[in-house]
Formats: sequence, C-alpha cells, structure tokens
Amino acid sequence: MVVTVAATGPGTDAEPVSSTFFASRYVRDRLPRYRMPERSIPREAAYQIINDELMLDGNPRLNLASFVTTWMEPECDKLIMESVNKNYVDMDEYPVTTELQNRCVNMIAHLFNAPIKEDETAIGVGTVGSSEAIMLAGLAFKRKWQNKRKEQGKPYDKPNIVTGANVQVCWEKFARYFEVELKEVKLSEGYYVMDPVKAVEMVDENTICVAAILGSTLTGEFEDVKLLNDLLTKKSKETGWDVPIHVDAASGGFIAPFLHPELEWDFRLPLVKSINVSGHKYGLVYPGVGWVIWRSKEDLPEELIFHINYLGTDQPTFTLNFSKGSSQIIAQYYQLIRLGFEGYKNIMENCKENAAILREGVAATGRFDILSKEIGVPLVAFSLKDSSQFSVFDISENLRRFGWIVPAYTMPANAEHVAVLRVVIREDFSRSLCERLVNNILKILHELDAHATHAVRVSAAAAPSDDGGVVTKKSDLEIERKVAARWIDAVNKKTGVC
Amino acid sequence: MVLSKAVSESDMSVHSTYRMPENSIPKEAAYQIINDELMLDGNPRLNLASFVTTWMEPECDKLIMAAINKNYVDMDEYPVTTELQNRCVNMIAHLFHAPLGESETAVGVGTVGSSEAIMLAGLAFKRRWQNKRKAEGKAFDKPNIVTGANVQVCWEKFARYFEVELREVKLRDGYYVMDPEKAVEMVDENTICVAAILGSTLNGEFEDVKLLNDLLEMKNRETGWETPIHVDAASGGFIAPFLYPELEWDFRLPWVKSINVSGHKYGLVYAGIGWCIWRNKEDLPDELIFHINYLGADQPTFTLNFSKGSSQVIAQYYQLIRHGFEGYRNIMENCHENAMVLKGGLEKTGRFNIVSKDEGVPLVAFSLKDRSQHDEFEISDMLRRFGWIVPAYTMPPDAQHVTVLRVVIREEFSRTLAERLVLDIEKVMYQLDALPSRLPPPPPPAPLVRKKSELETQRSVTEAWKKFVLAKKTNGVC
Repeated sequence: MVVTVAATGPGTDAEPVSSTFFASRYVRDRLPRYRMPERSIPREAAYQIINDELMLDGNPRLNLASFVTTWMEPECDKLIMESVNKNYVDMDEYPVTTELQNRCVNMIAHLFNAPIKEDETAIGVGTVGSSEAIMLAGLAFKRKWQNKRKEQGKPYDKPNIVTGANVQVCWEKFARYFEVELKEVKLSEGYYVMDPVKAVEMVDENTICVAAILGSTLTGEFEDVKLLNDLLTKKSKETGWDVPIHVDAASGGFIAPFLHPELEWDFRLPLVKSINVSGHKYGLVYPGVGWVIWRSKEDLPEELIFHINYLGTDQPTFTLNFSKGSSQIIAQYYQLIRLGFEGYKNIMENCKENAAILREGVAATGRFDILSKEIGVPLVAFSLKDSSQFSVFDISENLRRFGWIVPAYTMPANAEHVAVLRVVIREDFSRSLCERLVNNILKILHELDAHATHAVRVSAAAAPSDDGGVVTKKSDLEIERKVAARWIDAVNKKTGVC
Repeated sequence: MVLSKAVSESDMSVHSTYRMPENSIPKEAAYQIINDELMLDGNPRLNLASFVTTWMEPECDKLIMAAINKNYVDMDEYPVTTELQNRCVNMIAHLFHAPLGESETAVGVGTVGSSEAIMLAGLAFKRRWQNKRKAEGKAFDKPNIVTGANVQVCWEKFARYFEVELREVKLRDGYYVMDPEKAVEMVDENTICVAAILGSTLNGEFEDVKLLNDLLEMKNRETGWETPIHVDAASGGFIAPFLYPELEWDFRLPWVKSINVSGHKYGLVYAGIGWCIWRNKEDLPDELIFHINYLGADQPTFTLNFSKGSSQVIAQYYQLIRHGFEGYRNIMENCHENAMVLKGGLEKTGRFNIVSKDEGVPLVAFSLKDRSQHDEFEISDMLRRFGWIVPAYTMPPDAQHVTVLRVVIREEFSRTLAERLVLDIEKVMYQLDALPSRLPPPPPPAPLVRKKSELETQRSVTEAWKKFVLAKKTNGVC
C-alpha cells in the first residue's frame, strides 16, 4: 500500500512505513472485544496488542498454585515449536510421532510394573490430561461392570464409584457426565485423605471401582493403596463382587517410582486395573498431556475401542479428543530419554529437599501448622495457628504484591473449617526462591500484625464505651464477626482446586 | 494407543525403546536423536489429507511459544487469557448470528477440538431431553440421535460413550450427505437432536440445514416433540459466513440450538482448539456446569478437559483481530479459487470424475472414470513418492463402491502448488498406465444355462469390486 499521508490520525487508512506500533492508531483504537473487526490489521500490530495485554497475566513460574510444569529446556522448546503444526491424530501421515507415543506408553507402563510379558506391548494411551485419562478409565470400568451385570441378569442402571471427598473435580465431572453415582468418603480433621476402611464399607454390588489418589491435591499425601487392595480382596472373597481399583496418580505417578520405589501402589497390587498420570505435572512437560495405562487387555472392553486403518495395519484408539497437537507427546518422550531414571530421581530429590527447606522455614516462624506430610508430592500446605486477627486468605492476597501466587483453600467436607496455604514445589523452584518466599511471608506477617493491632486500637477508640471496660470485648466481637464472615464466604466459594 | 501384538509387528526392538533408560543423556543428544527420527514423518504442509491448519505467521508463533507454559485452566492466575477466550466465544457467536441482546454475553466455550465440542453439545441435548421426559413422566432410557452416515467418527464416539443410539441416514450413489427428509422421518420421541453437517468430511458439501429446519418445524408442530438441531460446522463454520453470507444455516434458523466449529480448521489455528456455541442459556442445562470462583465473580465452566495449554486460544484471538472479517474472506476466496484451479486441471486430464461440489469446503474429491486396471489407492501410494500425502477413501454405506481421492485446500496451498500437484498426478497416471494391473480380475460369469442379462453380469462385477474395496476400508477419516 502506498504511503500518502504524513500524519497518522483516526480515520486514515495508511500508516507511514517508519511509524512504530506505538505511534500508530492501533494503540488508540478501541480493541475489538465481542465482535470480529471488519478490517485486517498488520501482524506486528496484532502481536503487540495481544502481547501487551498478556503482560497483566500472572507469571507462570511464580504460580505456586499449580503442579503443572512451567519450564522446559530450550532444546525441547525447539522440538515443540517444530511439531506445533502436526496434528497428532494423523497416524498415517506421522508414523514416527505415533511410534513415540507408543514408546512413552510402554515406558510408563513398565515404570508402573504392569505385568507385561517379554513379547507383549502395553495397553495405554496418551491423553490431553488426567481428566480425559480418568474419563476413559471410568468408562472402561463402567462398561465392564455393565457387561458383567447383564450376564448375571442383574440390573445395571445404578453404577457408583467410591472415592474420597478430596478428589479432584474431574471425578465429579466423570460422575455427572457419564451418569455414575459418586460416593465420597468424608474427611475428618487431621485425616485429609480417603480412609480405606470406610471406603470398603461403602462398596456395594453397584460399585464399578474404588478410586485411590496417589498425591492428594490438597496435601500431597499418598493414599494407602496397599491397605485398600488388601481390604477389598477380603470383601470380594466374602461377596464375590470383584470390585477393582483405579489409582489416580496424576501427581504421584512420576514421584513414587523415583523417591519411594518400595512403596506398593501400582500394578504390583493385583486389584489395581488402571492408573492415570499427568505428563504435565511431574512428568515435567508443559500443559497438555496425560497418560492412562491398563493392566491388561481384559481391563479395556473391546467395544470401546475404535479401529483405524493405519498403514495397512490396525491401530486401535480410545480417546475423547481427536485432533490435537503433537508437541507435548514429543516433549514427554524427550524428557523420558533425556533424563532417564537417574535424571527424574535427581529432580524429585531436589524438589523434596526444597520442600523440606520451605517447610522448616515456615515452621520456624512459629505461626503455622504444617498439614502436608513429608512423604508424598513435594508441596507444603500450612494453616495459621491463630486466625483471629487475619486469615490465610489475607496472606495469600498480600503475597501477590510481591509477585507470588500462593492460593488459599478450605478443605472439603467434613473439614471445611480448616483453611490452608499451599505451595507446590516444581522442578524450577530453587532453594533461593524458597528462602525468598519465607522472607516475604515473614514480612507480610509483620505487616498484618501491625495492621490488626492498629485496627483493634482504632475500633477501641471509635467504639463508645458504655459500660466502661467493655470496650475491648466489643472490638473482639466485631473482629470475630468479620472473621466468621470470611469463613462463610470461603466455604461458599467453590474454587476448582487443581 | 498400543494393544498387545507380537514383537515382530512393532517397529523396533521392544527392549531398547520400551523401557525408560537408566541414565540421563545430554540435552543436545536428546534433541538430535528425536529430531532426526522425526525427519521420517510426513511433511505437515504437504499433508493434503487434513483440514487442520499447518501454517501460521511468525508473530503468532512467538505468542504461542510465550504462552506454552500457561495452564489455561488457572483462570485466577491468568485472567487476561481467560478474557481472550471469552472474547473469542462472543465473536464467534456473533458470527453465527446468535440472538444476543446488546449487552448480553454469549454462551459458549473453547475446547480442544470439535470432538470435545460435540460431546458437550450432545451431553446438553441428552440432559435437556431427559429432564423434559422426566417432567412428562415418560421413559428416558433410550435416547437417540439422527445424523447422516457421512458423520465424522466423533459422533460415533459420542453415541457409544454416552450411551445414545446413533441413527444414521444412509447415503446413496450421487447423494453423499444427509437427506433432510429421510432424517426427519427417522425422528421419534426419543430423539435428542438431529445433527447436520456444514462441510461433510468426504466431499466438503454443506447439508441443507434450512430445509431440515423447515421440515422439523412442521414435524414438531404435529408431534410437540420439539426436536432441536445441532450443526456440526467443524469445517464450514469459518467458511460459510465469509463466502456464502446469505446461506441460512446458523442461529438464524430457530431450531438450531448449538453449533460447533474447529478453530484449528478454517479458524486458521494449529491443532488443538475448537468452539461450541449455544443459542442461549436455556439450551445449556445448569446442572452440567461447574462454577469456579474467578476473581470474586462466577466463571462457569463446561469442558471435558481440565488442564491444557493456552497457546491455541491466544492464537485464535490473534487470527480474529489480525484478519478481521475482511482477512478471513480474502483467505477463503483464495482457497476457493485454488480449489477451482485444481479441479480444472484434473478435469482436463479426462481421467477423473469430480465428486465434490463447487460450493462448500474448498476441497477436491475425485475418482477414476475407469477403475478396471488401477484404483485410487495406487494413485495415493505413488503420489507419496513425490512428497504429496493424498489419501484415498471409500464412501460410507450405501455408497461403499465409490472410492475417492481427496485434496483439501488450506490457506497456504498456493496456485503454484496446485499446478504442480496436477502435473504430478499426470505423471503418476502415465506411470500407472505402463504397469500391469494389480487388481484381481472380475470373477468369470456363471456357466451359461441361459444368456445372462447385462445387468446380472454387472452385478457380479460390482460385487467383486465391493469386496475388494471393503477389505481396504479406512474409517476414522478426519
């Protein structure tokens, strides 16, 4: 387009070639929000507009709320960008990428001690995340159970699944969307995971499976899958129901094999029929990949599998999503061969170390109770010993000023009165960042202490003293009311904790 | 996914590549190993099988890489990214003429692709229908959905996984999309919706949604069933508004209650994004929605996936504001042009029948006029040698005897490439002509007691072809 105008102003079409973006009218125009704009704009303008607005998003690496990987090596970034235009589902066209997925499935299956014979390949699939993985696993259990009940001539219209109340929201989704009743084992104060004894009590003939979590979202704890397996074996012997176990190892699946290899939670336990793990959590890949592995062919009903003709041979597929990018699968393979067993172990040990440092730093302030355990996902969950002046929600808000994103949550039923701050230690969270965080928390505690004392003094000064001497009591009550209101608010908040 | 098979059938030695290695290796080594193996994948840009975008501007690539570590679902932490999704939903809803008031926000969601979008839409229909039947005190255990046999595999998945009966309107020779009249005949009280496709996978045709709407309107008035329509506009949703704006297929038709479109097809974004838009709040039962507290305000979510990347959502927004209406129209016109060039070139060879229409998704589906010596699968194989990936498919029932080659024209498929492809196809035909036929000869006619009619002979010939073609059936055409 020929540049004819000298000045850039609203209503002129042409921009002088030498004009920078910030001199152009694109900075002044109202950004299209709800309707597609009529005209095109130059690509540099589009880039700048979006890039600039996105500056106001949180910094992913300071997002201590999330288990999901936020850093990968530049070499891997290169591979990711190179495959960003490959549609994973085109197996015919991208046979190597398909093979890489198959290798990942097998490597992870072996990591979980799947009983695979020498000349066999594993049963599993790559998904977009643990949500899809769990839905597939749940579907398999539901279909298996329905088939069994049909054979027995019994009703099959009321399937249920038993889990702890600490489950991640995707189990609730599975239950709601696939019409399965969710039976939750309630938590109790001090016991924030599913109690295997209570779980097995809740099992009945309509239970399609019991789901145990390796790495509870809220405290990082590993549930006792072995105990569950043993109790369930006993129950099945008594009743003949043969209820299987699914292990939601979204976080723990890439931790336990490296830090706690002796812990029996996987296919070494006979009742465990499927396991899901998030590649994008401690699998150390950017968001967008999960894995589900089945014990054997029998655990995946054939009727759920779609057969696609692949290079003349049969390629079975079982996923909810169809077209999707290939980058994360390739990145997962990169991590598995780049790091190997040794590398993953080193990283998990570092995470554990840094979690310990953070835990000690937080405990040393003397103001917090530590709810997370030392064995489990490397995270530190802590609550205030004294929440009368301010709550963990206040600390969370104030940490944002320093750049940190540290969420505060209330526990699910029946421990809703407990609120925690949770810091997840990822691969890229170094010791220096740890120490800085503790430092900032201390600063905030000081500020909040001063503010609270000030508030008490202020309300004490402002409140009319009717009975003389009752002034202090009144302000205490006011503060208590405020705190209660906060709790009520928090409990009514349904944060999709992930 | 992998199922048990013998070692000899898999690509490589099971032992070396199927277990995690014990030790780490340097990152450059890891990069090189993988990069080199991947050289043997097809070239995405020469993959003419796929509708899915394979090229974006470098500025957009930059935004994509910058957002690669953002977990989309962390709405609290990434409010701007969430806002960008909301803007995309609204822009697309308006593009589809959703009946929104001036200050009303659209009802819709970003998904990983049209598969997820369709499952969500189907779930909404199923739940709405169940609630209605419960309220009427009628049985609600046998829901069904009516579509054409030309549907993409994700509808079969939806039906199978969510326990809905799939009623397919069969195709016939020369008519490769769903016949609205037959579809409406198949509707009964258990039908949760009728799904029409805007941009059939196999030949790019747009189904006549308006006719379907009118026929359904009549039937609904007689029966009171209120059977709604869903439009699977995976491909067509970003074509029709720009090339055929007068075509009524979207929310302008009152019975259309939800529409899905693939952002990663003609939305011009890399694989990994789709959109589902509902007409209004009533069409999405609240019990399916999960409410997440977002910056103090309610952010309802309805997706199957949870954690996923943010890059494609940002890329979609980039495309919408970068191109605007004008840019998308220009690109779609170019695609249409180039499709015509390709079509013209193929017709000139005199060897092919064109099965695709001029209106619809810009693709060219063509079959051999004479299949006696060689078939379309051989052409497809030989084109690979030139670097082109052009798949051959058989049509679904009842047109399985028809095989087509299909070339999808994407944004970056220039005229030069179109002309080169025609040249290479001609070369392939020339080479094939020189080769002996690999096809089995037709079975000899039965011993003559009486003279067989031409028709009977032809029937046995057809039978033989049908058998051979079916043995090579590929499903999962995308």
